[in-house]
Amino acid sequence: MAALEEWPAALLDPARPAPLGLETWNGSDPAHRFGIYRNNVLVSLVDSLADTFPVVAALVGDEFFRAMAGEFVRANLPTSPILYRYGADLPRFLTAFPPAGSLPYLADVARLEFACVRALHAAEGATLPAETLERLLRTPGLLPGLRVRFDPAFLLLSSRYAIVSIWSAHQERGTLGGVDPLIPEHAWIQRHGHAVRVQSVGHGEMEFSAALLRGETLHSAADAAHDAEPGFNFSAGLVALLERRVIVGFVGPSASESP
Amino acid sequence: MAPIDPAATLSREAPRIAAADARLPRQAGVGLKPQHFTAFLGMASRPGFFEVHAENFLVDGGPLPHHLARLRETSALSLHGVGLSLGGLDPLDGGHLQSLRSLVARYQPAEFSEHLAWSSHQGRFLNDLLPVPYDNDALLRVSAHLDHLQNALGRSVLLENPATYVEFSQSTYSEEDFISEVVRRSGCGLLLDVNNAYVSGTNHGRDLHAYLSALPLAAVRQVHLAGFHRDVDSLGFPLLVDHHGSPVDEAVWELYGWVLRRLGPLPTLIEWDNDVPPLPRLLEEAGRAQSLMAGLARNRSVADGRA
Repeated sequence: MAALEEWPAALLDPARPAPLGLETWNGSDPAHRFGIYRNNVLVSLVDSLADTFPVVAALVGDEFFRAMAGEFVRANLPTSPILYRYGADLPRFLTAFPPAGSLPYLADVARLEFACVRALHAAEGATLPAETLERLLRTPGLLPGLRVRFDPAFLLLSSRYAIVSIWSAHQERGTLGGVDPLIPEHAWIQRHGHAVRVQSVGHGEMEFSAALLRGETLHSAADAAHDAEPGFNFSAGLVALLERRVIVGFVGPSASESP
Repeated sequence: MAPIDPAATLSREAPRIAAADARLPRQAGVGLKPQHFTAFLGMASRPGFFEVHAENFLVDGGPLPHHLARLRETSALSLHGVGLSLGGLDPLDGGHLQSLRSLVARYQPAEFSEHLAWSSHQGRFLNDLLPVPYDNDALLRVSAHLDHLQNALGRSVLLENPATYVEFSQSTYSEEDFISEVVRRSGCGLLLDVNNAYVSGTNHGRDLHAYLSALPLAAVRQVHLAGFHRDVDSLGFPLLVDHHGSPVDEAVWELYGWVLRRLGPLPTLIEWDNDVPPLPRLLEEAGRAQSLMAGLARNRSVADGRA
């Protein structure tokens, strides 16, 4: 039994000897064969990160990405066999990874990519019933006191960097030409059909949606949005959310369902 | 047997239905990849069944469950676990078992299979199918883990023979004896991976026919075929690496033919997980397995006709 306990450390650190108690039928070197397992573990987990973070990989180049991801893997093995969740800690790792210091936006781009994967696999939301909207339009005075329920695949991310522009430049037909990475951007991330859509929104819209996501009323969310962006238009902000079909329900003041 | 209502089959709260114990068709199936979803949905004549890695579909929503549910309405399904670590020193992960149980309840696969291997240690997942020493401790551990799994899923599962690169001096059983004993104790079935048998047999200098003959062949309910990568060990002997990234080798097709002549047609999966080719190439491999099974049936009927 002791033999297997030596395996994880030996798999992750090629400087360590192969575990004791290994045999080969022909007397060949078991340590050489053990190298296949070392390679499988590292390569498969680095590949998994490359699947989740293709834009980060494109920004730093394949060789840099694989070396960086290898360091991450050795220090942060997955705690679950469900690998689409692997890499949640990569953004934090990147902020403390000196070789990537010249790309200060890298960690936030990684956060955006991880959010995209979360959105893709998030639970299905309901569809807002048309009659709910019609009723709201007939009694607009009730609106300010309502809270909203969002689609589980609707996520938000704010950055000091132009993460949406950088991300978009790496999608089909995108280009990095003219992107100033030092302009702050706010992202709405949602699932649309079977794909993920990322959109850059204004500071007011971001604060509005973030306050709603925290469970604040439309009135209080509008106040937060005005504080961030004095020109914020409440109706336009609400319509933007409705048009993107990310609101799946309204909750009345008594926490009951919509009026 | 009552007809299956696809809607009930796919609802999360679906009760266990009569189809749960139905077998896979004795035909060729293929591993299902997201890039092929749409093509398969539009295909009039699909492979005999699909197999997916269970862990890839443990998501809450989105395109993966949507497409799998639609394909499942008309196709048989095999769920292949790659993360339970049946041979590991850790107890089975209860949360993961619960997730697999929900997945099985939702998709009602014909089979659920896992590996004679380990992949987690002290809660950390290494994402490889690591080898198990064949001794009494491991026999008790693997059998207990299989009991736990089968009780959690409420069904008999399949255990897959491994592809390995090293052996353990502490082993007191041969691989075939170990597998036989695990199958006898747990009542599980066998997923015979012919590529793994060939890879391990080459890597450990085994007599392949003697190895296969000593396995509990009556328990085989599914076959896997895949490609390997050729390497050499430190003495220059062939060292084959199971990588699921190339066509099935001729030697593996030959061994598969031997298995078919012993056991008759079997649900046979083409596993191609890396460098996945365009769909026609994948279907060509499945077609070859299908032809071998059909040829076998023809030869048998000719033999019967003569008798």
